[in-house]
Amino acid sequence: MLTAILLGFLFALFLVFAGKYFKGRLAVVSALIPLSLFIYFASFIPRIASGEVVTSNYEWVPSFGVNLGFSLDGLSLLFSLMITGIGFLVYVYTSSYLKNHQYLDRFYAYLSVFMGAMLGLVLSDNIISMFVFWELTSISSFFLIGFNNTSEASRKSALTALGITGFGGFSLLAGALLLGSMTGTYSIIEMMTMKEALAGHEFYILAVIFIFGAAFTKSAQFPFHFWLPGAMKAPTPVSTYLHSATMVKAGVYLLMRFTPVLGDTNFWNTTLIVVGAITMLYSAVHTLFRTDLKGVLAYSTISALGILVFLIGLGSQGAFLAAAVFIIVHALYKATLFLVTGIIDHQAGTRNVTVLAGLRKVMMPVAVAGFLAAISSAGIPPSIGFLGKELTYEASTHSTGMVILIVAAIVLTKILLLYAGFVAGIKPFTGKLPEKFTKVTMPGPLMWVPPLLLAILGIVFGIFPSLIESSLVKPVVTALGKDASDIHLALWHGFNTVLILSIITIAVGILLYFILKPSEKLENRIGKLEPVSPESILNKLTYFFGVFSKFWTNVFQNGYLRNYVTTIVLFLVILVGYIFIGNSRLVIDHTKLSQITAYELAVTIILIAGVFYTVFTRSRIGAVAAMGVVGLAICLLFVFYSAPDLAMTQFSIDTLTVILFVLVLYRLPKYLVLSDYKMRIRDGILSLTFGGLISLLALQVLAEPVNSDVGDFYAKNAYIMAHGKNVVNVILVDFRGTDTLIEISVLAIAAIGVYGLLKLRVKSSDRPN
Amino acid sequence: MEILFAIIIGVLYAAGIYMILRRSLVKLIIGIILLGNGANLLIFLLGRITEGAPPIIPEESKVFLEAYADPVPQALILTAIVISFGLQSFAIILVKRAHKVVKTDDLDEMNATDEDS
Amino acid sequence: MKTLILKTASIYLLPVLLVFSVFILLRGHYLPGGGFVGGLIAAIAFVLHAFANGLSESKNLLKIHPGFLMPLGLALAFLSGVAPVIVDDPFMTGLWFPDPFPVIGNVGSALFFDIGVYLVVVGVTLTIIFTISESA
Repeated sequence: MLTAILLGFLFALFLVFAGKYFKGRLAVVSALIPLSLFIYFASFIPRIASGEVVTSNYEWVPSFGVNLGFSLDGLSLLFSLMITGIGFLVYVYTSSYLKNHQYLDRFYAYLSVFMGAMLGLVLSDNIISMFVFWELTSISSFFLIGFNNTSEASRKSALTALGITGFGGFSLLAGALLLGSMTGTYSIIEMMTMKEALAGHEFYILAVIFIFGAAFTKSAQFPFHFWLPGAMKAPTPVSTYLHSATMVKAGVYLLMRFTPVLGDTNFWNTTLIVVGAITMLYSAVHTLFRTDLKGVLAYSTISALGILVFLIGLGSQGAFLAAAVFIIVHALYKATLFLVTGIIDHQAGTRNVTVLAGLRKVMMPVAVAGFLAAISSAGIPPSIGFLGKELTYEASTHSTGMVILIVAAIVLTKILLLYAGFVAGIKPFTGKLPEKFTKVTMPGPLMWVPPLLLAILGIVFGIFPSLIESSLVKPVVTALGKDASDIHLALWHGFNTVLILSIITIAVGILLYFILKPSEKLENRIGKLEPVSPESILNKLTYFFGVFSKFWTNVFQNGYLRNYVTTIVLFLVILVGYIFIGNSRLVIDHTKLSQITAYELAVTIILIAGVFYTVFTRSRIGAVAAMGVVGLAICLLFVFYSAPDLAMTQFSIDTLTVILFVLVLYRLPKYLVLSDYKMRIRDGILSLTFGGLISLLALQVLAEPVNSDVGDFYAKNAYIMAHGKNVVNVILVDFRGTDTLIEISVLAIAAIGVYGLLKLRVKSSDRPN
Repeated sequence: MEILFAIIIGVLYAAGIYMILRRSLVKLIIGIILLGNGANLLIFLLGRITEGAPPIIPEESKVFLEAYADPVPQALILTAIVISFGLQSFAIILVKRAHKVVKTDDLDEMNATDEDS
Repeated sequence: MKTLILKTASIYLLPVLLVFSVFILLRGHYLPGGGFVGGLIAAIAFVLHAFANGLSESKNLLKIHPGFLMPLGLALAFLSGVAPVIVDDPFMTGLWFPDPFPVIGNVGSALFFDIGVYLVVVGVTLTIIFTISESA
C-alpha cells in the first residue's frame, strides 16, 4: 500500500529529470499512473465489501509512536477510487487541455504529488502521518492554483488558499496532538475503542473544535469558504480534481473518519448541522448572482460540501447512506460540469454564461455530457442524482427535532442547486447559436470523452444502483459505525412525502431557471455586499494586524542596544525579584560552607578592586590591564577550588585576551563620555540590582540539594571505559567528544570570520557619507 | 567562602551589565568579557566548590577513593572559556571594522546611519 | 618591543615552550592539561616569538599559514571520531591499543582527537592574532 501512495511522489520526482519527454505526445501516457492505481484499489472491492479492513504498518518514528500506519476500509476505498478514477480522467483531459503548454511537465508533477498526498491522507490510520499528507495536499494545491504564476490574481488566490488551509492544518496538528495525549495513541482504529472515555474527557470539546477547524477550512465551510471561489483561478482540470472532486472533500472525509471516534454527541451533531446548513444555503443563494460558469460551479460545490457536512451532522444511518451516495453523485456530475466548462472555455474562449448559447450545434457530445450532468445535479430520474436527493430528503424528514426547518433548508438548497446545474450544464448549449460562436470547433476526443464517460456513469448507476450498493456504499456506512445490512438502493421508493418533496423541488427549480436569467446586474448587486463578506473582514483584520505589529516592533525593536538590554534586565529583575521576595526562604547554613582563608580574602579584594578599576578608569589601557588582573584572580580561584585545568586555560586565555586588546587598542576609538550623570546613576542602580539578585539566587541555589549523578557516572567510568584519569579531559575528548568537535568547528569559524573581516576591503562606495 | 563567591559573581554581573549599557563600543566588549567571567564563576559555584580535590583519579587507583570536585561544570566552563576567546576576538574586530567604516564610537550614531542608508 | 634580551630569550623559549605544550597535550588524559591548554600554550609561544622578532620572522618559522592548521585539526578530530565506524562501532566510540606505549601511555582514538583539538586551537589563535597584528 505504501508503494501505491509513493507512486505519485516518485513519478513527480521522475518528471523533474525526464519532464521534457512528457510535454508533447507522451503526456497522455502519464495517465497510466492513476489508471493502474485505480485498478489496484478496485481489486480490493470484494475484500472490503465482505467487511474486511486491510491494514499495513511501517515504523517511522517509533520512539514517538508515529508510524506510517495505513488502513483501507469502506470509506478509504470510496475516496481512493474517486481520487484515482477521476484522477485518471483528469490526467487524460489535461494532456489535451494544456497541450504544448510550456510547463506541462511541472503541472503533471504537482498533480502527481497531490494524488499521492491525497491517497496517503485517506489511507492513513495514524493521525500524525495523516497530518503530513494533509499539509502536502494544501501545498500542492497552492502550486496548482498559482500555476499561472505570471498572473497576480492567481498568486493572490493561491496565497489565500494556502493561508486558510494552512491554518486548518495547524488546527489538525493541534487536534492530533491533543487526541494523542488524551488516548495515548495516534492510531484512529485504536481510538475508536475509547469513544466513551473520549466523549467524557474534559478536553473533548477542544479536540472537536480543532478537528472542526481543520475540516471546515479544507472543505470551505462558512465562514472559511471564500478561498474556494478564488481557487478557481487554477486551470480547469485542477478545479475539477482538487477543488470539486477530491481535496475539498478531505474535510468531509476527516469528519466521517472521526465520526466513530468523536461523533454522536450533542455538540458534534448540532455544530455540523448548523454550519452545514448555513454553508449550503449561503452559497446556493450566491450561485444566483454569478455569471462566470466556474463561479457558479464553485459556489454550488461549496453548497454540496455544506450538504455533506449537514448529513454527517444528522448522524443517522440514513444520513450516512445519503452522504455516501451523494459523494459519488457529486463527484460524477460536478467533475463532468467542470470538464464541460473547461471545454467551453478552451474552445469558445469565454466562460461568461450570459453570452454563451446554442453550442450544441457545434459540440454535440459535450452538450450531451452537460445535459446528463445537469439532470443528475437536479436529481431528475433516472439519474443517480435522483437517488441521492431522495436519500437526503429521507434522512432529513427522519431527523430528530426541528424537522420542518431542516427539510425546508435542504429543499431550498436543492432547488437552487438545480438552477446552478442547469445554468452550467444546459444553458450554454441551448438557444440560438450567436454569430461569433459559429466557428467554434469540437475539441479532441481526449477532452470530450472523460466528461461524457462520467455523465453516462451517473445515469448507469442511477438505473442499476445495485452496482454500487454493496461494493461502495454499504462499506462506507459500516466504516462510519452503523449497521448496513438492511440497506437497499432503488430508484423507486414508492409514493410518499419524499417523492412529493422531490416533485416540488424539480418543478420550482425548473421554473426558477426559466424566470431568472443570470445577468451582470445581479452580479453587481451582490458586489455591493462585498465589504461585509468574510473575505474582506479577513483582509481588514490582516491589515490591522500588520499595522499593529509594525507599531509593536517599533516600540521594542528600536535599534538601541542599550534599550534592549535595559528591557531584558528590568523584566528579569522584576519577575525574578517578585517571585524571590514572595517565597524567600534564604537560609544559609554556615556549617556547610567552607572557611574563608586570608589568601582567599585577599584574592577576592584584588578581584573586586580590579573590576571597579576596569569600570571607572578613564584610560583604556588601564581598563585592559585591570581586566587582566580580574582574569588572573579568577584563575587563582580555580586553583584554590580543585580545577587545575580551568586555571591553566583561564591563564592562557587571559594572556591572549590582553595581547589582543593591546594589539588593536590604538586602532580603537578613545573612550567617550557620552552619557550624562543621571543616566549613569540609573544604569548603575539597575546593574547593581541585577548583580545583587544574581548573588542572592546563587546563594539560594546553594541551599538546595545538588544532583551530581552525571558527574559521578563520568568519574566512575573515566578510567574503566575511557582509559583516562583526568576526568575533565576525558569528558571533553571522549564522553562528550561530539560537542567538542562542534566547539572547535565554531572556533575555526570565528577565526575565519576575523580573517575575513580584516582582509575584506570596504569599497569607497559602501562608505556612508 | 561561598558567600564571597556569590558577591564576586554579583559584582561581575553588575559591572558587565553596566558596561554593556554604555554607549562606547570598547566598553561594550569589556562588559561582555566581564559578564562571561561572571557566568563561568556562577556555573562553577553552582556545581559546588570543593577544596583540594581535583577530579583526577589517583595514580595507583582506577576509581576515586575520596571526595572529588564535580567534573561536569569544569568541562562546561573550559569550553566556555575557549569559546569566549573566539567571541571576544570576533567582537573586537567587528568593533574595529565598524569604527573604521562609520567613523564613530557611539552606538547610537551607528543605529542612525543604519536607517539613513 | 624588540629588546635584545627578549629577542635572545625568545629564540630559546620557543622550542622549550613548544615541547612543554606537547607535554601538556599528551599528559592531558591523566593529569591536568589537554588539547585546549596545550594549544593555547603553543600559540602563546609563537606570539611571544612574534613580539620579540617581528611577525614576518615567526611566519617564516611556521612555513605555512596557521590557518591551515584549522582544517587539519578538524579533519584529524573528525577522523578519529569516524574511525570506530569502520570497525562497526558507533560514531565516537573510544578505540584503544591494548598495551601502553612508553612515555605516552595508553594510545587511543581519544588521543588523536585531542591532537586535533590542539591543532585547531593553535590555528585559530594564531590566525586571529597574526591577522590582527598585520592589519594593526
